[in-house]
Amino acid sequence: MNAAVHLGAGEAGRIALVGNPNCGKTALFNRLTGSRQKVANYTGVTVERKEGRFFGPSGRRWRVLDLPGAYSLQPKSPDEAVTRAVCLGELPGEAPPDVLVCVVSATNLRLHLRFALEVRALGRPMVLVLNMMDDAARRGVTIDRARLEAEIGVPVVEAVAIQAHGAQALVDLLDDGPIEAPRAPTPADLHVETDRLLDAVATGVDGDLASDWTERIDRVLLHPVAGLVILALLLFLMFQAVFTWAKPVMELIQSGVTLLGDQVSASLPPGPLRGLLTSGVIAGAGSVLAFLPQILILFFFILALEESGYLPRAAFLLDRLMVGAGLSGRSFIPLLSSFACAVPGIMATRSIQHPRDRLLTIMVAPLMTCSARLPVYALLIAAFVPAREVGGLFNLQGLVLFALYAMGIGTAVLIAWSAKRWGGPAGEHPLLLELPAYRWPHPRDLALGLWERAQIFIRRVGTVIVALTVLLWGLSSFPPPPPGATEPAIYHSAAGWIGRGLAWIFSPIGFNWQICIALVPGLAAREVVVGALATVYALSAGDTGSAAEALTPLIGAQWGLPTALSLLVWYVYAPQCFATQAVIRRETNSARMAATAAGYQLALAYGAAFLTYHAARALT
Amino acid sequence: MSHAPSTLHDLPLRTAARIQRVRPQGPQDPVAARLDELGFVPGATVRVVARGPLGGEPIAVQVGATRFALRRSEAERVDVSLAAPGAGVAGR
Repeated sequence: MNAAVHLGAGEAGRIALVGNPNCGKTALFNRLTGSRQKVANYTGVTVERKEGRFFGPSGRRWRVLDLPGAYSLQPKSPDEAVTRAVCLGELPGEAPPDVLVCVVSATNLRLHLRFALEVRALGRPMVLVLNMMDDAARRGVTIDRARLEAEIGVPVVEAVAIQAHGAQALVDLLDDGPIEAPRAPTPADLHVETDRLLDAVATGVDGDLASDWTERIDRVLLHPVAGLVILALLLFLMFQAVFTWAKPVMELIQSGVTLLGDQVSASLPPGPLRGLLTSGVIAGAGSVLAFLPQILILFFFILALEESGYLPRAAFLLDRLMVGAGLSGRSFIPLLSSFACAVPGIMATRSIQHPRDRLLTIMVAPLMTCSARLPVYALLIAAFVPAREVGGLFNLQGLVLFALYAMGIGTAVLIAWSAKRWGGPAGEHPLLLELPAYRWPHPRDLALGLWERAQIFIRRVGTVIVALTVLLWGLSSFPPPPPGATEPAIYHSAAGWIGRGLAWIFSPIGFNWQICIALVPGLAAREVVVGALATVYALSAGDTGSAAEALTPLIGAQWGLPTALSLLVWYVYAPQCFATQAVIRRETNSARMAATAAGYQLALAYGAAFLTYHAARALT
Repeated sequence: MSHAPSTLHDLPLRTAARIQRVRPQGPQDPVAARLDELGFVPGATVRVVARGPLGGEPIAVQVGATRFALRRSEAERVDVSLAAPGAGVAGR
């Protein structure tokens, strides 16, 4: 390295990773940047923008953009349009990258190399990364790197993104000197040129099918009967795990929160400040934070299934079923993500090319039980459903939870199906879904994915949720009760007044005024309801009890079963999350669509809760 | 040496065939264009590796080293010919 390089210390340049889906681009991005990543949106569109940075051996800093995967630069989806625009330097607000790093999987050269040739035709400085070299070697693929570099006319490096230092060759190459723009002429037929390159530099690229793991696994997992049975078992296991595995950690968090509340309580004089800290901040945030383990387990399953290559197979198995319901197999992945949170789920609908399929998927995505509803379900189930074993294998609480999930799914199917019936002919819906080779999910990529989710959740707890809980605490504490009042203090407060007003609307579905108070902050974020109930009941009980643990026996004693069931059903359907409404508006670019979504959910929630409440009253 | 062409949708399970051509529906058929970009080009070897559990749709197809799920309408755009057992492979 010469002195000139060191003089330029600081910002070295901006690179963009571009490549086919499933080329290991994101693993390479993780390898390069570690946790130095920032996830946002491109200006004006809702395509996820992932940027990170890393330092070369010379100490200079590189900024790296992970572009959405694309099969071609003739875009067929908003994702691919963004990739194309960034590569061409045409996306407003996005500086053109200095170097395009085109990532190809050595296991899938024929498909990926063709796209690399498209990228080369742009004539911008470019590096070709042969990723997954270890996998390729195991499958008997050999590639002559130096020969490929000479033939294709751009620098070529090998990489194993999942190994430590697996991207070192790329980093060194970028750090060493300026990358020049390719000067090779663009061939008329990219397929013919791909064939020529493969013949010249590689052997074994089309693989020996019989010895292929993917072939053997697919024989089982794509089997018409076995495949469906395994899918059902997998989903069931996932939901049982969410409820049972998380328990010890949840209890740990809860006792930690109780301990903290007691400490603060003991060290402060009685008064508004102590009330605010213990009943407001600690009880509120604590009761929501306790659900972090469940949310992480759910995301762990989704991420692991995605990384392993199974999710598109599930979409394959369910496609016909979902088409029958008016959706598409492609809807499966967004809808499954919606079980974690509707916001990324709705954003994932971008991969559905057909506008009507996409709109319908967006409209029913909020019916998938998101993790924010879990706290509410968990609280009510713990309070009203005995923890009995059923059939020696399952837990009754787990079964009720499963039923609530099934209700959301069933309703979504009904809605999509009616929309299809009344929506008229839909025209052709393309599927064209890649089923990538199976691979073990890499712990590092899973950990980074989970860390991202945990951060988002904790940030929400730290900001929105605590703010709302504090506001609610304020409303519930003031004005103070008149002297000599016999009712609990909250009854006379501003929140009590609001709650009693709302109870007039909600008493037909069995909600008391305490629930109504909690519904108000719950409009902004569902999971706040648990904290809000804690606040309401801590105050109305007249002491500083803590969080969900203390809440369970309390509501078990105060509410009837019909009210609890009605509230559960309300939560299956109700539109109680500003973020979801906002993302629907943004993704559909229509306030009317967002209002329609909120309206139909509200009507559904009220109607279903009404029926449930009265049916339960008649039966008990 | 090859049999009369049929479409990819009619290809029996796990039987190798060669792609004859992809028939676009209309002058600007994005589905045909994407099929081409995914490697469904004349001369490529294809195999149906699985059929969907309901009505045999969609189908999972291996082309080159990659697998794709295709609905009936997509698979019917692809004309294939069976390679006769033991026969040499015809060129493009």
